[in-house]
Amino acid sequence: MPARVVVLGGGVGGTLAANLISKELGAEAKVTVVDATGMHLYQPGFLYVALDQANARWLTRDERTLLRKQVDLVVDEAKTIDAAAQTVALARGGTLPYDYLVLATGSRLDRDAVPGYADTHDFYSLDGALRLREALRRFDGGRILLGVAGIPYKCPPAPVEFVLMAEEYLRKRGVRKNSSVTLLSPLNRAFTIESASKLVQPIFDRRGIGLTTFFNVESVDARARTVTSLEGETAEYDLLILVPPHKGAAVVMDSGLGDAGGWIPTDRNTLTHTAHERIFAIGDATDLPISKSGSTAHFEAPIVASRIASFIRGTAPKAAYGGRVMCFLETGGGRATSLRFDYAHPPIPPQPSRLWHWAKWIFNRAYWVTVPQGRVG
Amino acid sequence: MTLTITTQLDCKGLACPMPIVKTAQAMKTLRPGELIEVLATDRGALRDFVAWAKATGNRLVEQTEGDGVLRFVLEKKG
Repeated sequence: MPARVVVLGGGVGGTLAANLISKELGAEAKVTVVDATGMHLYQPGFLYVALDQANARWLTRDERTLLRKQVDLVVDEAKTIDAAAQTVALARGGTLPYDYLVLATGSRLDRDAVPGYADTHDFYSLDGALRLREALRRFDGGRILLGVAGIPYKCPPAPVEFVLMAEEYLRKRGVRKNSSVTLLSPLNRAFTIESASKLVQPIFDRRGIGLTTFFNVESVDARARTVTSLEGETAEYDLLILVPPHKGAAVVMDSGLGDAGGWIPTDRNTLTHTAHERIFAIGDATDLPISKSGSTAHFEAPIVASRIASFIRGTAPKAAYGGRVMCFLETGGGRATSLRFDYAHPPIPPQPSRLWHWAKWIFNRAYWVTVPQGRVG
Repeated sequence: MTLTITTQLDCKGLACPMPIVKTAQAMKTLRPGELIEVLATDRGALRDFVAWAKATGNRLVEQTEGDGVLRFVLEKKG
């Protein structure tokens, strides 16, 4: 009988892991993906939708079309996992038994955790990006603030990219002169990674983008149009954009497999759950101190696929994750830089250039026919 | 002089900027003059805590290091 591999989540990590396991093991494994919507979302596109540079239709595909035909897709919500019995209970009833389980359950937005959030905007969901696009189209001048309302969050460079791209957007619309754009940073610099921060700061200065440091968003007062930080500072806005707080998936929390934030305790090299050797975790879902991004999931999926294949074949697993991540960072004006790093090597970003902007553009366009199928390493 | 620490916060294993964020959250629960002890392993915290204390007006009372663990004691501003 083939080994049963169940993958929870049809995002980048889950889709790629399922395809790679199926490809590697063929008839030796029965791979099943469980996804609540059956629709695959290309989340890096939200930023472009919000800033009116991309059409929302481009961002979704039927998950079925991205999976190898040998991989089963169950469109249902995984409710709970019984790690002792090795089963997954589904929302519509029924259970799926597994020999190996891959948790690619991503992260959830927890907007309700911020008092006053309803008066704000974000680009962390398709609906949010579309709503922000409308607000920006109507915007005719004033103070735009972008703040971070919880850490960790997806795509660490996104706030910096957003303010750089928004400043350019306002110039193109002719409303830059009577507007200000300010990033409220949780740290004393624009970006967590110091080398990237040093690269970005002169661009902020040159383009008159404000930076308020040590501002961890705590609450919003919609009536006064102010946002207050944990540090006790208050700032006034006309348009407030927040990175919403994130937490782990309900199925992880409800099954007692996560920490207080719902993140899965994961071995940084083997990507196994620290308490369950048959459960693996990839992408946003882990508690690893690295970027929550599609790129991370993309580099982790082959490691998990290879280790599961080794276990099923009874050989010693060799593949190990070294913390590899690669991100593009748009700086506006058709230029971008790239951040490539791992556990041992911090990134050394090149000066922003058209080359990296086009590399990102091509990657975005080619995503559907390359990444889920494992065609780019 | 022995410091009387009211709150302890373990940020070992957490990457930048988590130790700062957790400290900012914990600071909210302290009364002025009370002390919080923060343990961290991310080397970036060395510089971040000095800058954070300066920016927020909370005082960095003590800073020590041993066995790869950084220890900060901060006093909530009055």
